[in-house]
Amino acid sequence: MPLQWAIVFFAWGGAVVLAAIPNLRHATLANVAVSAGSFLLALMLAAQPFAEHGWTRTDALNLPFILVSAFVGLTTSVFSAATLDQEGFDHWRIRAYHAAYQVFMGAQTLALLADNLGVMWVAVEIATLATVSMVAVHRTPAAFEAAWKFFILCGVGIALALFGTIVLYLAAQPLLNEETGLSWAALMRVAAQCDPGTLNLAFAFLLLGYGTKAGLVPLHSWLPDAHAEGPVPISAVLSGLLLNAAMLAVLRAKSIVGAHPEAIAPGPFLLALGLASVLLAAISLWRRRDARRFFGWSSIEHMGLAAFAFGLGGAGANLAGLLHLIGHSVVKSAVFFGVGRAAQAKGSQKIADIGGLVATHPALGWGLALAIAGIAGLPPFLLFVSEFRLLSAAAAEAPWLAVPLALGMVTALAALITVLQAMCFGAPTPDAASALDGWRETAAAAPLWLHLAVAAALGLAMPGALAGLLAEAARVIG
Amino acid sequence: MSFGQIPYDVAHLLGGGVLLFSFVLLYQRRIGAVINAFATQGTLLAVAAAWQGYVQGAPGLYVTAVLALAAKGVLIPLALHAIVRRLDLHRTVETALGIGPSLVAGVGLVGLAILVVLPATEGARALAREDLALALSVVLLGMLMMITRRNAISQVIGLLSLENGLILAAIGVAGMPLVVELSTAALVLMVAVVAGVFAFQIRERFDTLDTHHLEEHRGERR
Repeated sequence: MPLQWAIVFFAWGGAVVLAAIPNLRHATLANVAVSAGSFLLALMLAAQPFAEHGWTRTDALNLPFILVSAFVGLTTSVFSAATLDQEGFDHWRIRAYHAAYQVFMGAQTLALLADNLGVMWVAVEIATLATVSMVAVHRTPAAFEAAWKFFILCGVGIALALFGTIVLYLAAQPLLNEETGLSWAALMRVAAQCDPGTLNLAFAFLLLGYGTKAGLVPLHSWLPDAHAEGPVPISAVLSGLLLNAAMLAVLRAKSIVGAHPEAIAPGPFLLALGLASVLLAAISLWRRRDARRFFGWSSIEHMGLAAFAFGLGGAGANLAGLLHLIGHSVVKSAVFFGVGRAAQAKGSQKIADIGGLVATHPALGWGLALAIAGIAGLPPFLLFVSEFRLLSAAAAEAPWLAVPLALGMVTALAALITVLQAMCFGAPTPDAASALDGWRETAAAAPLWLHLAVAAALGLAMPGALAGLLAEAARVIG
Repeated sequence: MSFGQIPYDVAHLLGGGVLLFSFVLLYQRRIGAVINAFATQGTLLAVAAAWQGYVQGAPGLYVTAVLALAAKGVLIPLALHAIVRRLDLHRTVETALGIGPSLVAGVGLVGLAILVVLPATEGARALAREDLALALSVVLLGMLMMITRRNAISQVIGLLSLENGLILAAIGVAGMPLVVELSTAALVLMVAVVAGVFAFQIRERFDTLDTHHLEEHRGERR
């Protein structure tokens, strides 16, 4: 089996095994083992030369995301192993949770790897189904509402994406045969000769469809609730991984339409959706009382920033967008580790109930403070680099758009700093639960600090190989 | 193949029939009748898929047809009837926008679909274009139903009929790769949505399937 498929089926095989393990301790450790195996396979894939293989491809655009995805999947499984007993699952839910986790990881990797747009669509759908079941797993009214909203809105979203995929094939039909009809590489080759009107129609539906999954305004309303109600590790992988896969699908569609000189320019649409996301999220951040919903809104803001960068286009802005997606994955999952652990310790996820973490839980409090500073775009983390590059590209290419963009970024920054001060440095609130025993407290804090170290390392000294890869990816998007 | 030839005309007729039942879905006032109209739409879609399989010489489409008939013509409607009985739902449709205005909006959406698709797809074959216009109309009417109906069950049926529009589009594009796989995957999603109504048992926890009441549990209010 080629390595591309081995990664996907390793995770899905792991899901079958995990569905059979009822014991919490064994299941969580097996989950870490499967995630570690996937991470190793992803590293092996990175060592291979780029290739198109059947329905899959590896190129500069998806390889960084596959690595980030496997890395976050592994650290999240460690966090999950340390804290899952806090969720109070019975043995059926332990099985369902771990199986769904690996089904999601496999589908997520397949969505990133897919060259065939039909396969990409199926993978996104499987990932959605797996996450919906995990959001609902607590079976409280709020969890049901979040899962239902997630399901219905994303159901419509991925239905529209399928319609867009069909229209895209219709556009390329005279030029392609049945074998290569939905291959992204083949579509890119013939894009310039396709009928421009049909391409426009296809892009509109693909953008709306996958844009819903990426949480772009006005199709975002599932996102904060879905991030707030599932088990904590799910918020981390939803925000860190699923949004990237959806954004990558939008980018693949954008590059096809962008390759046709007479088709509509995709940039302005992404600019408009991106700016709307940034501004609405920046305002909404001020009105949130629930910590996990607050950071869900922050994900909308960051997806908006990335969409804005890709909308500007050109090598510089595209690179900023890619850096932003990677930085957001690494830092936002760290934030969710911290917030989730804090909510477990304080017995509530309301911002007002979480206060003074630095005084009561120093390792957690400082880690969370740094992670929120990182997500707010403060140095030395990667998001500072990407936001700086984005603002300078915007100021150079579209100065009038740079003003509202900067305004949105500053408003969001202020909201994040306010919450940082309240949660980490404010007056301490009483603990509801005692500390986890021994190794668990360390294992719960370690992923947070590891992510911070990675984000800082990437921000201060990006490895040359990765920088070259991303620069090439920025050219692929066009 | 153009107007006046049997393969074209029958495909058109069947596509038009699917669209007609999207309108029937919009003006029913009882849940049972809505479910039956959906079953008829699913059956027509199955016939349309079989016809396209015959015309295009694509045996794979027969699989799509059989799956559509079994799932949308029989099993999903039965499951929906069972849900209504088991959860003892209101038997009337709660509308957010009246029946008359929704029909007017529906006609407007069909006009929009035709105005968008026909000029945009001048390069494609006539059958594929017009089939796409019909399919887009069904998709938009499904969305309209989701927006203008208050009960969760009507919204689910709106989503299901939206997906019928997708399948109508997919079968109309001759030589579409993976058409069977994609339509099956879409069907799996829809079955999961129906299963979700069962699994979430929204009725058990709230007095109505009206999703508006769920807003109370958002956790944003103090």
